[in-house]
Amino acid sequence: MRIGVITFPGSLDDGDAARAVRLAGGEQVALWHADADLCGVDGVVLPGGFSYGDYLRCGAIARFAPVMGPLVDAARSGLPVLGICNGFQVLCESHLLPGALIRNDHRRFVCRDQRLRVENVSTAWTSAYEPSQEITVPLKNGEGGYVADDRTLDELEASGRVVVRYLVDNPNGSYRNIAGITNARGNVVGLMPHPEHAVDPLTGPTLDGLGFFTSILTTLASA
Amino acid sequence: MTRVVVDVMPKQEILDPQGQAVLGALGRLGFAGIASVRQGKRFEIELDAEPTTEIIAEIERAAGTLLANPVIEDFAVRVEP
Repeated sequence: MRIGVITFPGSLDDGDAARAVRLAGGEQVALWHADADLCGVDGVVLPGGFSYGDYLRCGAIARFAPVMGPLVDAARSGLPVLGICNGFQVLCESHLLPGALIRNDHRRFVCRDQRLRVENVSTAWTSAYEPSQEITVPLKNGEGGYVADDRTLDELEASGRVVVRYLVDNPNGSYRNIAGITNARGNVVGLMPHPEHAVDPLTGPTLDGLGFFTSILTTLASA
Repeated sequence: MTRVVVDVMPKQEILDPQGQAVLGALGRLGFAGIASVRQGKRFEIELDAEPTTEIIAEIERAAGTLLANPVIEDFAVRVEP
């Protein structure tokens, strides 16, 4: 299974995302923001970082990178896409996911191991988890507050599209403790915490993040 | 040269942590009578042509596509006299 990881100018976590794909047993394919196509990959990870220096709004300029044209079309047709941190911001700016990420309510950068509950295990990226499984993965953001209007939030909750939720305390003011969401089809998932940093006992607090990357391989194998 | 200004502001229902930080700093500096602050962005766009209805419509489209995120922000386009 070939999983593409897109590098934008200013991406930071593309290396770790590629490594997580490999550790899960997949083949990672390096994609570049200026690429005109997706090289026939079976899924795509949009990594964390500060694409285009976070100028204008986080993800706002990356959303119009050349590679994003084919990516948005493919995602709407069912291609599995995972956006982590800055990648989540790019997915919201692309309107592949509803809502937006704004500056943390306490106005400080947060960097810590974060307890989460996986609330939707039927997406392409979370099928390896048990329903309501609690996991701990690193979280690091300055603009990670998830916001949307009440109608959108109610719809996300009612349709089970909140994928992961913050436990213990809310690190960034995200409405309804939302850490990650999915689209109606379940192929596009975005979250602020970093599962790709929790895949190896040498460098991560847990191995809890690996499930995102094994899930997609299982999903693709059974497709 | 004609200047078109695009003002972008966070929607009322969206939290504005930057505005709150500025409000707090103003209070600490002793500026009195300020009830709230919201912080937005101002874009100044120079035209190399007359601001026809078509060109202004094009800038409105640019504002809604890139300059502002209509999910969390409102924008207003005006031609500077």
